[in-house]
Amino acid sequence: MAAQSKYPIVLSNIESVPGREIVEFYGVVTGNTVRAKHVGRDIMAGLKNIVGGELAGYTELLQESRQEATERMIEQAQSMGANAVINVRYATSSVAQGAAELFAYGTAVRLA
Amino acid sequence: MTAYFDVIVNFGLPLMLLIVAYSVGTYLERKHFEDIRAREARLQGFPVISFGTVPADWKITSTELVAGSVVVSLDYFKRIIASLRGLIGGRIKTYEPLLDRARREALLRMIEDAKGRGYDAVVNVRLETSRLASARRNGKGTAGVEMLAFGTAVSFAGR
Repeated sequence: MAAQSKYPIVLSNIESVPGREIVEFYGVVTGNTVRAKHVGRDIMAGLKNIVGGELAGYTELLQESRQEATERMIEQAQSMGANAVINVRYATSSVAQGAAELFAYGTAVRLA
Repeated sequence: MTAYFDVIVNFGLPLMLLIVAYSVGTYLERKHFEDIRAREARLQGFPVISFGTVPADWKITSTELVAGSVVVSLDYFKRIIASLRGLIGGRIKTYEPLLDRARREALLRMIEDAKGRGYDAVVNVRLETSRLASARRNGKGTAGVEMLAFGTAVSFAGR
């Protein structure tokens, strides 16, 4: 899933971390990744397009990409000395044909 | 002989594709809706709220960001219907159940993820929709639609 991470850092999409106190703000941190689909997945998706429904290959691809964007955001937060990122938002945009940008941003903070 | 062959290739194949797309697509959609309803019924007691303030009597012990997503696409038959609908305008009924089931599926995946990892509620749930451009047709076509649901999972002691 998009939100899991290998780093020991608290993520939240609220303006606080419930039950914890924020002692310092570091500012906005961002992470992005641009991914293209590979041909095999595109062909499978093309077939799936006939009967409709979930395109599992794309779901997986976007989850991986979002994970990567999140991790880049976390790395930036950690380099500032933060131990949490609050108010996390995700955005997706189609920049070029066959490619999508996944973007994650939030506010790096230090929790007590 | 070749004339017959031409007719079959020009009209027979697209027609067969339409019939297959309609029957398989409709069947899959019905199955998916049944599955969604069953899972929603199972998760009914689980608090999922779309605002960020946590009730004051919840003693929060841990939090984590959770997400669920799904990419879906229309079947061939429904796409044809939708493009015909585009000529006269109005409500495109074939798209509505698709987006509805995708959104509910994304929400369910998020909730199941939160519940599976031992959390008691998900707060500040956000839903997002984005279109995946197709590599064909100069990026104008739609390869699929992504639904994303994310929120902050919380667990609390003694409510």
